[in-house]
Amino acid sequence: MDIQIRNIHKGFGSFPALAGVDLDIASGELIALLGPSGSGKTTLLRTIAGLEFPDTGQILFGGEDTVALPVQQRRVGFVFQHYALFRHMTILENVAFGLRVRPRHERPSDKDIKRKAAELLDLVQLGGLEARYPTQLSGGQRQRVALARALAIEPRVLLLDEPFGALDAKVRKDLRRWLRELHDKTGYTTIFVTHDQEEALELADRVVVMSRGRIEQVGSTDEVYENPATPFVFDFLGNTNILPGEVREHHIYVNGGPQPIADTAGHEPGPIDIYVRPIDLRIADAGVPSFDVDVLSTQRTGPVVRCEARAVTSGAVIEIELPHLHHDVPALKAGARVPLRLSNFSVFARGKPISRQALPDVVANAPAEYRERARAG
Amino acid sequence: MNRPVDHTLQDPPKLPFEPLIQKNAVITEARWVRVSLTAAALIFLLGFLLMPLIAVFVEALRNGIGAYFEAIVEDDAMAAIRLTLTVSLIAVPLNLVFGVIAAWAITKHSFRFKQLLITLIDLPFSVSPVVSGLIYVLIFGAQGWAGPWMSEHEFKVLFAVPGIVLATTFVTFPFIARELIPLMQAQGTDDEQAALSLGANGWQVFWRVTLPNIRWGLLYGVLLCNARAMGEFGAVSVVSGHIRGLTNTMPLHVEILYNEYNFSAAFAVASLLAMLALLTLGLKSLLEWRHGNELAATRRH
Repeated sequence: MDIQIRNIHKGFGSFPALAGVDLDIASGELIALLGPSGSGKTTLLRTIAGLEFPDTGQILFGGEDTVALPVQQRRVGFVFQHYALFRHMTILENVAFGLRVRPRHERPSDKDIKRKAAELLDLVQLGGLEARYPTQLSGGQRQRVALARALAIEPRVLLLDEPFGALDAKVRKDLRRWLRELHDKTGYTTIFVTHDQEEALELADRVVVMSRGRIEQVGSTDEVYENPATPFVFDFLGNTNILPGEVREHHIYVNGGPQPIADTAGHEPGPIDIYVRPIDLRIADAGVPSFDVDVLSTQRTGPVVRCEARAVTSGAVIEIELPHLHHDVPALKAGARVPLRLSNFSVFARGKPISRQALPDVVANAPAEYRERARAG
Repeated sequence: MNRPVDHTLQDPPKLPFEPLIQKNAVITEARWVRVSLTAAALIFLLGFLLMPLIAVFVEALRNGIGAYFEAIVEDDAMAAIRLTLTVSLIAVPLNLVFGVIAAWAITKHSFRFKQLLITLIDLPFSVSPVVSGLIYVLIFGAQGWAGPWMSEHEFKVLFAVPGIVLATTFVTFPFIARELIPLMQAQGTDDEQAALSLGANGWQVFWRVTLPNIRWGLLYGVLLCNARAMGEFGAVSVVSGHIRGLTNTMPLHVEILYNEYNFSAAFAVASLLAMLALLTLGLKSLLEWRHGNELAATRRH
């Protein structure tokens, strides 16, 4: 079922949790709502479910406005982060719950209910465990019961709130792949919330990046990663170096750099920030547009080499990341001065701070791990 | 928002062995300190708890087992037992219903003056039982607010069963609500929301999800509430009027017999109350042992 979300506003007290959200979701799509905590992603999901009510706006399921419908009548399959399984029921009865509570004239016979619940448990690969209670299952199994329970009501849309948030890394990876397969098999329109960019990029057809109650960008996983619309999206999807620069006579310069590093794609002249990922920095061959850095330190962590360097002219500290067998690695010795080129980058007008946390410049230009700490704290 | 559930609460890890007590552990006191502290605690327990309990049974059986049963099957004693059971049978279900409603309203919804309601629920715990009884005298007594109206319509509350029921219900109200509130707060509302999203109506959610989730805590509360309802003395004493065979509950009957120097009969009836206490304790321990994880984490009784 296709879903249209039209200009949703929702406030908690004076705090605007959703500030004008518009989103179109095609039938059968798998969509990730991605954002940091407090970005409104869970509120949006709960609003679609009918567990929260918007102050203004419309939510259309296949063209039908559902805002006035209570959650019971929306027929949404909602999977909670902590599963919310009924602990006094066997998992078969958990899955059967949505069928058992139907009004008598719509309710299938007891035999049909049991058969359908068992089928769903087979679908989530828990056949044979029907008589177990939720406490006798592992976290990943509980999550699959919760999913089967949500599927039992043949939902118009499947909504998952941080579905893998409470699981350990290995189980999370397996479940992710399994959920993708299940989605392709069943074809339910699915929306899931996550704060993990890797999860969103791996699992979803399209990613909705949110910040402060607004949608920053909607796009396929490649689009949001390769062409981030805002500094926030760029920064949220991976590690980020920010180089101060400027646009002059249709060319982009790194601050203090004598030669342009690229032509502009229609940027206004003036100060800019160049956003580049640590993996998109390479040592430049002679004659290629480049800027010089002094290598501060180099460290290998497992398969990658991380190098910290300071731009000679602007003083910005940047991080470079390379596979440890890359031919650039030997040149990156502490104390060396090397020319760098940008194999891929984004340019944003200066003065638009990353809206995630509005990091002060000092922090934004600090070494990556310090920046991470500043964000976490 | 979504409160993280601590699943370790549901299946606590078992240690593969009993932790050893290290001889030189920093928290261990010298041997004589440990021995004397333990001895002091044991002597206190014996003197103040166990001795009186034994004394009740010894005194009750002083004139032989025949006299013991005679004191219990005597008309006034039987009337007192019947009255006590009747009062509990009314007061406990009333508090069961209203306690569940109050706990449900407080923990699953947010509204103004919620804190005030929580404080009000505690009121019977903080007020002296005698004052609780006097409240009803002030309302329903001959000089009270409703007194003239009541005597016109020949409806008696004071010095009659309705007054005793009212006073008992008032005094025992907090037991069930107080037991359920922390439990339901800890459980949160995810289960209810899940049930709603699966299409259940409010009534189905309550009977199929909320109530089963709190059943052991509820039983625990009912047990404590019942023990107090049967044993309540102060408030009931004020409103009962002590009419033998009519408005005397078991605790009041014990007092009357005692004041008449009929010691062994007094202790015989008292021994019934003591046995009720032991039974309650036993069931309470059984519940804690079997379903401790599902009871509220904070136990105040």
